Amino acid sequence: MEVGTAARQEAGEALSVEFREATKRYPGADRDAVERLSLEIPAGDICVLVGPSGCGKTTAMRMANRMVEITEGDIVIGDRSVRDRSPAELRREIGYVIQQIGLFPHRTIAQNIATVPGLIGWDRARAEARAIELLELIGLEPELGERYPAQLSGGQQQRVGVARALAANPGVMLMDEPFGAVDPINRERLQNEFLRLQADLGKTILFVTHDIDEAIKMGDRIAVMRIGGRLAQYATPAELLMAPADGFVEDFVGADRALKRLALMRVSDIDLWQAPLAHVGQATGEVRAKLHGAEVPYALAIDSERRPLGWLSDADLRQETVPARPDTSPDPVLDERDVMRDALSDLLQAETRYAPVVDGEGRIAGVLSVEIISEFLTSDEALTEEHSAAERPLG
Amino acid sequence: MSVSAFNPQASVFDSFSGAVDFIFSPRDEVGVGGEVGGLGQVAEFLWTHVWISALALAVAVALTLPIGVYLGHRGSGELLAVAIGNAGRAIPELALIALMIAFVGVGVLNVTIALLILGIPPILTNAFVGIRQVDRDAVEAARGVGMTEFEVIARVELPLAVPTIMGGVRTAAIAIIATATIAPLAGVLTLGDFILNFNVYGDDGLLAGAILVALLALVVELLLAGLQRLLTPRGVMLQREAARAAA
Amino acid sequence: MVGALVSVVPLAQGDGFFRERDEADCVQSNDTVCLDWALDNADRYVSPTLEHLLLVGVSVAAGLVIALGLSVLSHRRRWLMPAFLATTGVIYTIPSIALFLLLLPISGRGTTTALIALTLYTLQIIYRNIVTGLANVPDAAKDAGRGMGMTDRQLFWRVEMPLAVPEIIAGLRIATVSTVAIATLAVFAGAGGLGDVIYTEGVQAGVFKTAIVVGSAIAIAMAIAFDVVYIGAQRLLSPWRQVRPV
Ligand SMILES: Nc1ncnc2c1ncn2[C@@H]1O[C@H](COP(=O)(O)OP(=O)(O)O)[C@@H](O)[C@H]1O
Ligand SMILES: [Mg+2]
Repeated sequence: MEVGTAARQEAGEALSVEFREATKRYPGADRDAVERLSLEIPAGDICVLVGPSGCGKTTAMRMANRMVEITEGDIVIGDRSVRDRSPAELRREIGYVIQQIGLFPHRTIAQNIATVPGLIGWDRARAEARAIELLELIGLEPELGERYPAQLSGGQQQRVGVARALAANPGVMLMDEPFGAVDPINRERLQNEFLRLQADLGKTILFVTHDIDEAIKMGDRIAVMRIGGRLAQYATPAELLMAPADGFVEDFVGADRALKRLALMRVSDIDLWQAPLAHVGQATGEVRAKLHGAEVPYALAIDSERRPLGWLSDADLRQETVPARPDTSPDPVLDERDVMRDALSDLLQAETRYAPVVDGEGRIAGVLSVEIISEFLTSDEALTEEHSAAERPLG
Repeated sequence: MSVSAFNPQASVFDSFSGAVDFIFSPRDEVGVGGEVGGLGQVAEFLWTHVWISALALAVAVALTLPIGVYLGHRGSGELLAVAIGNAGRAIPELALIALMIAFVGVGVLNVTIALLILGIPPILTNAFVGIRQVDRDAVEAARGVGMTEFEVIARVELPLAVPTIMGGVRTAAIAIIATATIAPLAGVLTLGDFILNFNVYGDDGLLAGAILVALLALVVELLLAGLQRLLTPRGVMLQREAARAAA
Repeated sequence: MVGALVSVVPLAQGDGFFRERDEADCVQSNDTVCLDWALDNADRYVSPTLEHLLLVGVSVAAGLVIALGLSVLSHRRRWLMPAFLATTGVIYTIPSIALFLLLLPISGRGTTTALIALTLYTLQIIYRNIVTGLANVPDAAKDAGRGMGMTDRQLFWRVEMPLAVPEIIAGLRIATVSTVAIATLAVFAGAGGLGDVIYTEGVQAGVFKTAIVVGSAIAIAMAIAFDVVYIGAQRLLSPWRQVRPV
């Protein structure tokens, strides 16, 4: 999705959101659905509420726009308590996206998007222009504005749901399992599009999911909740994976949490192996000598710019000099900025043990092997030490 | 003319108490001649009204239900079922009886036929729709466990369609009872005779007839609603209650 | 009563009333439908037809207004809904002719009584359809509307009611077509209409076949015409239902 000028024109100022011992007990229930939840979400961050089904995520989120009335405690948006606001007025300033989307079947896509602008009294021309702008922002043809929801695919409808929530330029967005009803391939695409959009929009987002992988991918901060709406841990994704607060979080994050950490690392974060390098035209004898005791038992041919050309086979090595076209292709060639999880997946897909890693200019930086990754996963380091460069991957 | 002028001076209460009096005790005919009203005559007309309606309904159900169920099961003939349902609503009951008198003749047999014709559309449409609406997954599952088509109908579709089918039967019953009220035009003396022959029964008789017909319809409706409850499987009842609670 | 059905057609007796002798003969003998006579005397069916249209139009319109009012009330106070459904259902169960007559001591003979009875009849169908239409509005659309800051009133009039329009029109369609048929019985409340043609001029006047056929035909044609109009209105008022889903 192309993020154009429309995104940059967004002026809705992101506001911080703070839960202060917010508690909800439904009438007739014998325990709290959400119990004394305290969370501080800095302006412009994505905070993911995650936890098993029925633990109170939706309830917690809906207290923020008073779709659910707070029983005790408070929620403060910017510097104003939601309890002091009229619900309708408050909700018009907060974007709202739900799993079932809830587009109005009797209104066109453009009319759907222009719902909140209509409620707050924008004139028609402005609301229409805004709808078209948002259609472009979410990567849909402006012509689709004339259609009815039934004429759009599920993925398109979900995008429209997001656009509708953005229409009046809210500073805060509530998203309840927004990609939960989409198939896995489209979900991944929607997540990536949304993260790119958010990079430009910088909204404060409260994002609910029951899927820990989605939480790790989307969240700047993750609030893990346990049944009864109690907060089990509130941390960045990396902290959560490295240091689960207790057995519940550890179980919820999963036995594969080390594996999940790969989603947070880049190839450059790990110590790579080195293969014997062979320049084109070099005598093969020198290369054969280097192979003894090397970390990688194959030699990699490189050109004058140190770009990998391929792996040398035994036949290649029986020639006088290193050929310009080695028998074995170097693929997959990985970028050291790649996310580690994707790099592993490339390796496994190509059914190869080694892959050359290059830097930004395409020059050889080292070799990644399945063994390196598996050693990393079994080391204490994977679960304890914070990697300095572990920034969140953007797609 | 057998329409009442209704004395505007008489209070509403007087009118209705006069009607009740008419039902319970015989009195002199308005014109010349014998006695009218009283429980004896009421019972006689009521009996005719009930049996001719019951007969017409029974025959209508026997003729129509199998066809509606079969069409619904096969999923064909939707246009026919819907068209007959619509046509049934569009034909005035008065026109049906009047046309019958004019072109077929009067008498018990003709009236019974006219009444059963009137009962057919709602029974057919509801049987079709009821069977059609049965969850296709349930039907597929029934075939999957090896039921024959007949067993699928008898054990799955019919039980699940009971509420809709009975809805059609109730509509038909009420339409038949209502139309049987004008059967005296064709020489069959039902409760409607009190209504149609004002010269004989007077204001009190007219109102008494209206009360009796209304009560009869309500009682039959209640009885059929009870029958529907008996026939509806418990699971279907619970499902409907849950859906209602959610709405 | 059958006994009273002597074949006398009082209307056919004035002299110079008929343009052709054989038309009058047809009426006198009354053994077939006198189409020529009916056409020549078409004007005598105009006012019963207009009366009938008035009965149907007014009672369906009043029924719609009252049913909408009831549905707004029962939408705010849910406990009213079963009460409304039961009450309108009981009224609907009372055979129409009985209802007309039960009202006589209260509202007297004439158009008012007929309109009250017919309106009460339409209520059940229209109200039930509005309730169904409102119940079928997707929960997600309601939740989204509320979540975007619609007030209850805005949600009701901008989302719920428009989405219930197809069911409401379906209800109006059934109500109108049924009322065209039932209104023939308004003759027993002294309110005229096509029942006057079928019953007073037909059955009572010695089973005059022409009147019975013409009155019935106009009533059925009127029902069909309304049906067609409603199908058109349905298309026009719910464009989102006409689109083909992907
Ligand atoms: N409207 C409601 N009335 C009563 N109980 C509710 C309501 N909504 C949710 N609950 C209960 O509150 C708890 C938390 O629900 P919810 O917030 O929907 O959980 P989650 O979104 O994490 O699945 C559950 O036990 C649920 O049954
Ligand atoms: Mg939830």
